[in-house]
Amino acid sequence: MGELRLMKGNEVIAEAAIRCGCDGYFGYPITPQSEVMETLMTLRPWETTGMVVLQAESEIASIHMVYGAAGAGKRVMTSSSSPGISLMAEGISYIAGSELPCVIVNVQRGGPGLGTIQPSQADYNQATKGGGHGDYSLLVLAPASVQEMHDFVILGFELAFKFRNPVMILADGVIGQLMEKVELIDQRPRWTNEQILEISGNWATIGKPSSRKKHVITSLEMDSNMMENNNLRLQAKYTQMKDEEVRYEAIACEDADYIVVAFGSAARICQKTVQIARKKGIKVGLIRPITLFPFPEKIIAEYAAKVKGFLSVEFNAGQMVNDIRLAVNGVTKVEYFGRMGGIVPTPDEVEDALEQRFLIGDL
Amino acid sequence: MTEEIIIAGFGGQGVLSMGKILAYSGVMQDQEVAWFPSYGPEMRGGTANVTVILSDERISSPILHEFDTAIILNQQSMDKFESRVKTGGMLLYDPNGILHHPTRKDITILKVEGSRLAVEMGNPLTFNMIVLGAFLKAKPVIKLENVKKGLEKSLPERHHKLIPLNLQAIEIGQEHLVVVQTV
Repeated sequence: MGELRLMKGNEVIAEAAIRCGCDGYFGYPITPQSEVMETLMTLRPWETTGMVVLQAESEIASIHMVYGAAGAGKRVMTSSSSPGISLMAEGISYIAGSELPCVIVNVQRGGPGLGTIQPSQADYNQATKGGGHGDYSLLVLAPASVQEMHDFVILGFELAFKFRNPVMILADGVIGQLMEKVELIDQRPRWTNEQILEISGNWATIGKPSSRKKHVITSLEMDSNMMENNNLRLQAKYTQMKDEEVRYEAIACEDADYIVVAFGSAARICQKTVQIARKKGIKVGLIRPITLFPFPEKIIAEYAAKVKGFLSVEFNAGQMVNDIRLAVNGVTKVEYFGRMGGIVPTPDEVEDALEQRFLIGDL
Repeated sequence: MTEEIIIAGFGGQGVLSMGKILAYSGVMQDQEVAWFPSYGPEMRGGTANVTVILSDERISSPILHEFDTAIILNQQSMDKFESRVKTGGMLLYDPNGILHHPTRKDITILKVEGSRLAVEMGNPLTFNMIVLGAFLKAKPVIKLENVKKGLEKSLPERHHKLIPLNLQAIEIGQEHLVVVQTV
């Protein structure tokens, strides 16, 4: 068993990055995730593993530092919160277009604009439907505990390299500031140049021997036929993600009449809602999408035939509910409940909403 | 066992660190724990509060409407959280600066003169540990030896010399718990 610690979600992002052998972190501070870089600066990994930690002059600079280092086959990451991620959108589109692996953490706060520093999930659409321009997708992981903040950094790098695609960890202010028990992995070494050659030698720009053609990292292609081929290759990759990487957790769904769908900290709140509702004799289950892209549409479609309704619970105006509606395809009722602007609903409030939406007519 | 606690007072009273020590002590006792603070401008003064959950099982929501225990350290927090104690639950408060004392009849109400005792001890900073002591007397959810381990784990090495003082403050809190009403 690894070392057990009590840590904040933000702190554990930094700790996990160092321990899994990350080569570089480039970022710019913003609430509610400033502890990520603070922790890295305190731990000074450049003195131990050799990991680079750099505070860039802006979010735009930091994402392009990630772009450059990822092109060299390095395991690199950045983190920010909502307005900062918007600034990064152009760079993220370029990284996706150039097919480079990296991990991007978004500890969401309320928007739009500068908004509030309190928790929110209003960047669901931005994270899962692009955010930058062009037909691209990020692989999006939604942690619901401090342990998952840790685990998803490690998993994030694995998936980023498996698909040569940016992976986003979509957290929120609750999970970032929450402190829980976490089991840390033992320190792993950073990849050596030989390992990088072996893992990414067929695309990374790591020095060209005379025996091969040069590698070019770019998203630019002036020939439309070639560009369409590039797009088809990306789309094939996203299809493969849908086939191989869907993750979710289903709690108390077997006998459920109603299923609540929620991700991240909203799912934690809804777990309690399920307990409260079941005490009242209402059979409620919970599906927690862990990957938001690829979305767990099959399991939702399966349950659509069995339940009287789904309730999507989000800290936004109703974004994921549209993905649920697509999966359900009119087979049963799909409702939404949420709060905005940094307000986090309590489990009782959600339970109330569930009764309002589904049970008032039945009673 | 699951114990859902809110600790609320002014920023600077040691509300968050009291919660942290409680959470660390829970870890030392092999429990599941969650610590969730109010964050943002509160850190610069004004009200601060933290939810601490200790449990033998996986913890669901760190955001709660009702609590088993409310530890209240100023009037604003009394106004906000008295109504959010579960029926049959417990409210522990420091009467210093409280104008409107709790009036509910369906909860246990306890008090401890934390700020006065801390001044008498000659160290106002021990205030939060006195209150923690009173809480642990009322609800012995954590063994004292695990609180000591929790202090060792949560305080940086350079502050370890302060652990005996903190333990003394906990003891004083335990001795000065006053029962106002029980249910």
